Amino acid sequence: MIQFAWMIPLFPLLGFVINGIGKKTISRKGSGIIASVAVFLSFAIVGALYLQVANGTLQTATLDIFNWLNVAGLKIPFSFLIDPLSVTMMLIVTGVGLLIHIYSIGYMGDDEHANTFFEYMNLFIFFMLMLVIGANFLILFIGWEGVGLCSYLLIGFWFKNNDYNYAARKAFIMNRIGDLGFLLGIILLYYQFHTVNFLEVFSMAGTMHVGEPVITVITILLLIGALGKSAQIPLYTWLPDAMAGPTPVSALIHAATMVTAGIYMIARSSALFVLAPITMNIIIVIGLSTALFAAIIGLKQNDIKKVLAYSTVSQLGYMFLALGLGAFSTAVFHVTTHAFFKALLFLGAGAVIHALGGEQDIRYMGGLKKKLPITFFTFLIATLAISGIPPFSGFFSKDEILAAAWERSPLIWLVGMFTALITCFYMFRLLYLVFFSTFRGTKEQEHHLHEPSKVMTIPLIILAVLAFAGGFLNIPALFGGHESFHNFLSPVLSKLPAADTILTTTTTEYSLIGVSVALLLLIIFIAQRYYVVNKQLPEADTTKLKGIAKLVYNKYYVDEIYDFLFVKPYNFLSVKLYSWIEKNVIDLIVNTTGTLAIWIGSQSKRVQTGNTGLYLFIMVFGVIFMLLYLILSFHPTIATRL
Amino acid sequence: MEKITNAIQVVPIQHYIYLSLILFTIGIVGALLRRNSIIVLMCIELMLNAANLLLAAFSAYHGDAAGQVFVFFIMVVAAAEVAVGLAILVLMKRNNHSLDINLLNRLRDNN
Repeated sequence: MIQFAWMIPLFPLLGFVINGIGKKTISRKGSGIIASVAVFLSFAIVGALYLQVANGTLQTATLDIFNWLNVAGLKIPFSFLIDPLSVTMMLIVTGVGLLIHIYSIGYMGDDEHANTFFEYMNLFIFFMLMLVIGANFLILFIGWEGVGLCSYLLIGFWFKNNDYNYAARKAFIMNRIGDLGFLLGIILLYYQFHTVNFLEVFSMAGTMHVGEPVITVITILLLIGALGKSAQIPLYTWLPDAMAGPTPVSALIHAATMVTAGIYMIARSSALFVLAPITMNIIIVIGLSTALFAAIIGLKQNDIKKVLAYSTVSQLGYMFLALGLGAFSTAVFHVTTHAFFKALLFLGAGAVIHALGGEQDIRYMGGLKKKLPITFFTFLIATLAISGIPPFSGFFSKDEILAAAWERSPLIWLVGMFTALITCFYMFRLLYLVFFSTFRGTKEQEHHLHEPSKVMTIPLIILAVLAFAGGFLNIPALFGGHESFHNFLSPVLSKLPAADTILTTTTTEYSLIGVSVALLLLIIFIAQRYYVVNKQLPEADTTKLKGIAKLVYNKYYVDEIYDFLFVKPYNFLSVKLYSWIEKNVIDLIVNTTGTLAIWIGSQSKRVQTGNTGLYLFIMVFGVIFMLLYLILSFHPTIATRL
Repeated sequence: MEKITNAIQVVPIQHYIYLSLILFTIGIVGALLRRNSIIVLMCIELMLNAANLLLAAFSAYHGDAAGQVFVFFIMVVAAAEVAVGLAILVLMKRNNHSLDINLLNRLRDNN
């Protein structure tokens, strides 16, 4: 079966080409169907591979496609790696991607550029698959850059709005900053190991000792790349702005797949990261602080998509926390459950926006529960999942992270728990303000409120089932389960040296879970009192805020700080370079070269007088010269003869 | 052939070479410096004939008839070339109403 693995990225690529060529001729629904079928075919092959890997018929296998780079000792083949981790990621990408593609047929069906949309979506799936299926860091990097490109294309999809273009540029540039670190990391890795192939690097790393300085530097550089791609502090500001793109884009790229690329990369390189405790600690700090930071900002956002965007940043922080604690498979588990419920949240938000004809401000929503029942129900399931209420999927994955945190230090658990409470609060705030009480929009909108079509609601329902049941993929031993997800992934993920000795007792774990669930239910109750019973609304934009409220509402002014520190000096430098160096130095050199060429030509042209006599003279002179040269080159023999 | 060879040994070969050289030089100088096109054509003929003379002289000195056969070839070529040259000359006279070779200067660059 593995010999068909090369077809997995092929189908979306074909979808991209077909939709691209037939952009003007294929109908909008047609291009949507082509795109969805392409993803479905990939999903089918991945499914078959998964079954083989799961029942053990296929061990970790590499499929060499062709000899790619082979120069002066640098040998990098183009090969794919099929192992539990890559298969898991591919299932998420193609599975959730398929549902989002189907949803987009309904959502983007009226857009005049829908064909371009599906073209870019397929290209994105292609690059994302390349990212997770690659057998070495370089192919991962191809996918890495490619998804950044597709993110730029899709965020700026409605290109007529200049603000959206700015957001797209911001996303791409911030990604590139991270990519510089990533690239340096790969180069240093090659310098150390003389190979970029995963299996070779990780087996060599197994022989090195913990705390090796080179590995620490490599992992820090790789981390910088992950920070850019997965929107952690300090490179996270692009993600909320990326909400400028269509909602399916936000669901696919900025929730389920692209932003998890950083986590995948670190999980893949777990063999390196376990050798660098300093880096792991940095990851814990960054992950935890990002989770808390973004969650607080989410409390005061009024755009439905921005709330979800900050929620994504926050949940990514949790995943990083898990990675930093050495719980690599837990992080991937949270990636999986997060993909389910976050995609569902975004698609549900899309259904709401669609029903309201483009309104995204939650202050003008409300009471949608009755008009959009399926959307409400699925959104509720997703909200329960993200808050970590059992038995929904989010509970299992988040609780594992918190358990690993308690294992390391109760303080980390405390901060993580606090963030979870804030998460619960702002998510239920969103739910209550959008779906409960009375409608606060215009009469016109109220008239047009309708549940979206089946092509949009069926993916919502499927994702809701996954968001509910996804947790059962990995029932922990605590509840008598088999931890199937962990067992599936453990052959390819490394463990921290101290991982096998678990200090927390079972009773402590039970009480931790009990405490967290109780607190969460309390928060839900408080939120309900505040927003539903007391009908509190967020302030209008015109009211002046004071102190902390103002700080949080303005996202801690981070964008403004970056603008001041980086963007303005860069623009200033750019303008200066243009006005002085470009005009005076570079133009001078180029124009002088041109003028010189013309001058030489005009001087050489003076030979052509048109005077026949001159031409004859030059011809005779030339012949004499040649003869003289020939004769003199035979000079010794001529001399003796004469 | 031996009779000619013996007879011609009276005049040393250097004289033939010098004569041929002088004729050739006169031909070149004339072709370059004269204004009348007919004179230029005559000078070209003169150059050809200087070469003919030298060929014939060496052929006689070495008793090898190949040189004289080659002279025939050259004469034929000269004749053909004169025919073409005179045709060009006739056209030139028709267009410019003069045989001055300096009037053929329209291939020059105009600025």
